[in-house]
Amino acid sequence: MGIIKKVRTLTATALLAASFTGASFAADNIRIAFIDPLSGPFATTGESGYRTFEYAAQTLVNDKGGVLGGRMFEIVPMDNKISPKESLIQLKRAISEGIHYIVQGNSSGVANALTDAINKHNRRNPDQRIIFLNYSAVDPALTNEKCNFWHFRFDANADIKMDALTDVIAEDQDIKKVYIIGQDYSFGKAVAAAAVKFIGAKRPDIEIVGNELHPIGKVKDFTPYATKIKSSGADAVITGNWGADMVGLGKAIVEAGVDAPIFTYYGAHDGITATFADKGVDVIRVVHEGTFNPPSAEFKAFNEGFKKVNPDKDLNQPRIIGTIQMLAKAMEAAGTDDPVAVATALEGMDFTNIYGRKVHMRASDHQIIQDVNITVHTDKNIEVDADNSGYGLLTEKTVKEAGKDLPTSCEMKRPS
Amino acid sequence: MPALLGPFGIWIVCAIVLAVMPVIFSSPVSVTIMNQMGISIVFALSYNMMLGQGGMLSFGHAVYFGLGGFFSVHVMNYIEVDGWPIPLPFLPFIGGLFGLAFAIIIGSFSTRRAGTVFAMISLGVGELIAACSIIFVVFFGGEEGVSGDRTMGPPVFGTEFLKEIEVYYLTAVIVFVAAALMYLFSLTPAGRMANAVRDNPERAEFVGYSQRQVRFMSFCASGFFAGIAGGLFAINYEILTEENLNLTTSGWVLLMAYIGGIGFFIGPIVGAVLLTLLQTVLSNHTELWLLYVGLLFVLTVMYVPSGLTGLMMMHGPAMKAGRLGQLAKPYMIAGIPLLVALAGGVAVLEMLNHYNNAPVGDNVAHFFWMAVDTHNPANWAVALAVTAIGAYTTYRATPQVREAWAEANDFSEKGGDR
Amino acid sequence: MELVVFSLLNGLVTGLLLFMLSSGLTLIFSMMGVLNFAHASFYMLGAYFAYTISGYMGFWVGLIFAPILVGVVGALIQRYGLRYVHRWGHVAELVFTFGLAFLIEEVVQFFWGKATKDYHEPELLDFPLFTLFGQSFPAYKAFMIFISIGIFIALLMMLTRTRVGLIIQAAITHPNTVANLGHNVPLVFMGVFGVGSALAGLAGVIAGPALGTFPGMAFVLGSIVFVVIVVGGLGSLAGAFVASLLIGWLQTFAIALDYSMTDLLDLLGVSFSDDHVLRDLWSLSLPQVAPILPYLLLILILIFRPTGLMGKRET
Repeated sequence: MGIIKKVRTLTATALLAASFTGASFAADNIRIAFIDPLSGPFATTGESGYRTFEYAAQTLVNDKGGVLGGRMFEIVPMDNKISPKESLIQLKRAISEGIHYIVQGNSSGVANALTDAINKHNRRNPDQRIIFLNYSAVDPALTNEKCNFWHFRFDANADIKMDALTDVIAEDQDIKKVYIIGQDYSFGKAVAAAAVKFIGAKRPDIEIVGNELHPIGKVKDFTPYATKIKSSGADAVITGNWGADMVGLGKAIVEAGVDAPIFTYYGAHDGITATFADKGVDVIRVVHEGTFNPPSAEFKAFNEGFKKVNPDKDLNQPRIIGTIQMLAKAMEAAGTDDPVAVATALEGMDFTNIYGRKVHMRASDHQIIQDVNITVHTDKNIEVDADNSGYGLLTEKTVKEAGKDLPTSCEMKRPS
Repeated sequence: MPALLGPFGIWIVCAIVLAVMPVIFSSPVSVTIMNQMGISIVFALSYNMMLGQGGMLSFGHAVYFGLGGFFSVHVMNYIEVDGWPIPLPFLPFIGGLFGLAFAIIIGSFSTRRAGTVFAMISLGVGELIAACSIIFVVFFGGEEGVSGDRTMGPPVFGTEFLKEIEVYYLTAVIVFVAAALMYLFSLTPAGRMANAVRDNPERAEFVGYSQRQVRFMSFCASGFFAGIAGGLFAINYEILTEENLNLTTSGWVLLMAYIGGIGFFIGPIVGAVLLTLLQTVLSNHTELWLLYVGLLFVLTVMYVPSGLTGLMMMHGPAMKAGRLGQLAKPYMIAGIPLLVALAGGVAVLEMLNHYNNAPVGDNVAHFFWMAVDTHNPANWAVALAVTAIGAYTTYRATPQVREAWAEANDFSEKGGDR
Repeated sequence: MELVVFSLLNGLVTGLLLFMLSSGLTLIFSMMGVLNFAHASFYMLGAYFAYTISGYMGFWVGLIFAPILVGVVGALIQRYGLRYVHRWGHVAELVFTFGLAFLIEEVVQFFWGKATKDYHEPELLDFPLFTLFGQSFPAYKAFMIFISIGIFIALLMMLTRTRVGLIIQAAITHPNTVANLGHNVPLVFMGVFGVGSALAGLAGVIAGPALGTFPGMAFVLGSIVFVVIVVGGLGSLAGAFVASLLIGWLQTFAIALDYSMTDLLDLLGVSFSDDHVLRDLWSLSLPQVAPILPYLLLILILIFRPTGLMGKRET
């Protein structure tokens, strides 16, 4: 049983090492709770998000000496199983552990539950306030009617993305007929409503030949939908689908012989790119803030480092990098990790992101304003690929400071 | 000890335990987990009114839980916006009434038969309502659900339920009352007849009871208490979403009741407490927790169909006879290697998972307060050897346990009560 | 016109796929009285096994060996799981298969991970078979139809023309008599369970490339298969066939036809304002509810015709 002993020694060494290197700072580490699915069907996305946070915090903050004179960022993973109920339990856990910063991104349903609960918590417990950094949930309501001082969004919201997307569609005079299809829930509906609104405003001559909702996660076979799309004669398809619904829809459309671009929000990564492979080339387009190809030198280096540690994972939510950098910057600017001071510093912050582009955290609604790209699924000129498949997203068009002029209905109440 | 306090002893002990718990576990998260346990307890008990007492297997019980909750949160919003003078503690009761109302509607056709037909109808209704919850945004709020604020009602005894601990005591009182009522229901003629119909519907009919009406009664009562659980959920989380009435929630309550033991009143309570702990605590330590829950469930169904409570209750006769001591030694001989084998098995699974999924360079898996290098073949050999040796030793020790068990339960032809 | 033709074809593909699953399930049910909740999980296992095998040896090897492997797994589960649980009664059996479905999904995630797998159709079949009204019909879909019909015929032949088939038919209705005649009924049970699982596995192998191979694929299909066999009539193979096609077409045509409640109300001359409390109900469209129609059908059938379309006995 020498090996058991060895294991034990190993543990002891690890503990000892921890007590020498980490423990002296451990007490004043800045702990950030990562509340996202780490088990269950959505764990893939959650896991790559977590790894990105870890890697970004390590390389961009901790390796550079931390913040506020040597304090380290520590990402605390908390599995919410993509359930609002579990998220609220994890929020309580974070509160119990004295954590002041929450990051979350997967599912607007969870984000709505969290922002609501955090707002109530901060009102009821003014001595223990919490900031919510939302890196992916794109429901426009979060920075409109449901906005609050504690919530910051680092992703372009569904309206902004649609604004950018329709800018590109409007420029393409070949597009005369558009088919909109999405999952039957708040996000799918928001996408559809925004598409109708923006297309109507920018290109009233475009005919919307279909506006369809299908039940989320319940459709086995998308061929009937593809048949409809084909027979409608659409020149372009817009969808907010994600996950298996995205793969199924995309494959069915391509197989039905529809020769039209499919504009998606989430048509890449997590096995989707690998599944589309050659069928998706020049068909699947993704609207997002990531600039994968051609990458900036800085981003390429970051991605290579990330891939070295996580060869099977993708850096599929690059906005996480900006979230960490801006949080660090806000703390330095505030000179403290006090949530109210940090939130005040974050409001209205200007920042240059890893692609070398300017971003701005709009103070009126805490929505980040950044460049949004329309990218195409291809295997040409790809330096940063997805799913290790050789296929990736190549930037076709960039909309500068997308959504800058979009109004917000947010009435921000700031703590006095 | 409970025996000293008369027939209500166990209830008094429970009340004291409920009162003392938050003093022992006082952090906000443990209070939240205890609240969740309370909700699960009421929900699982209500489920068992059908499954355990009435013999009806449902795959759609979350419908009544969810609908009760949604109506409660809407009422909560009316309290806030329109100033309805309803104190918060009555909210679960309102949830219960709506649960009851829907149980009456759906039960009117689904309880016509038991068995597979009932199970299938419950599945169909569950799918339908879950689908509706996404389509009918006005009532169900779509994906983000409906949220409310519990603190806007008239204060009760000077408290506005701002603090988690106040909510805990409210939950505890309601859980206690609901559990007591459900227990009383099982003692009423209606509850007794439910058992009779479960065991032998034909004979029950001969006695003069319509099996359908008896099932309908249990079903409605069950829907009522599920609605109460839903109301409690609304108070605790102040938000109701689609997940509260979907099939996953219906599945969980089945797991709770079954693992705890459907043949006993306290079975679902044990199951609810255990599964809530697994869900909230174990999931923080391993991403494989669902796999463990699945294994636990399947093994329970196969080998301990009376659930964990049944396992404990099996020892009743031997304990009464004062022979529990005889079992201690064989249990140790078989139990310790069994634990070793389980630990080894878990270690193998965790190491495999870590090996497949961990970032490059991170070779050390953490579990059981240990750190193990998963890229070292020697560690694999140890884990596998520990599992194998543990399993083999357990296997060798089982005859001894069986023998001791037979001996401890041998009341020379009298036998224990089942 | 093209919509009708393609909806017919699509419905046929879906329906036949459902039949491959429901045929095994209904045989299992009629023999053992167990509604196997985990049946769709065998379908998933088929797809994943085939994915792994095809990675090494190509699609066609997977097509043959994955279903066999699934069949063996199914038979083992029947032998060492279900037969054991049988002693605890009916509810326990149902609960056991429910737990099995849960467990298999977790096990699949454990070994293959959670992301969608890029399991592709063979290149041999990766071309449009024909193009009609500008819309193409993939050869692979035709292959799916071909395989399913082949299975249906083979199954029918086996049940009606062979000795084994006669024993199975007899064992469905009179298991004790069959046992008294000297047949090994438990072995027949195990065999039927294995073959049923293998059929589900085969459905998974051929559906995986077309419908996607991901951990949720069993859940998506799971309860629909129940609907099929209940609607068709438990224990009736022909009923399962009819119900499969019925539900296949019900779903595809519901999606194809763009009618909504608003249209209906317009016909009746009734209209509601956009902010009516029940506006979601008035604006409900047929495609929107397509996937829940089978459940509605299930409930109605169970209430009004518990024997199903072609069944002879009640559930």
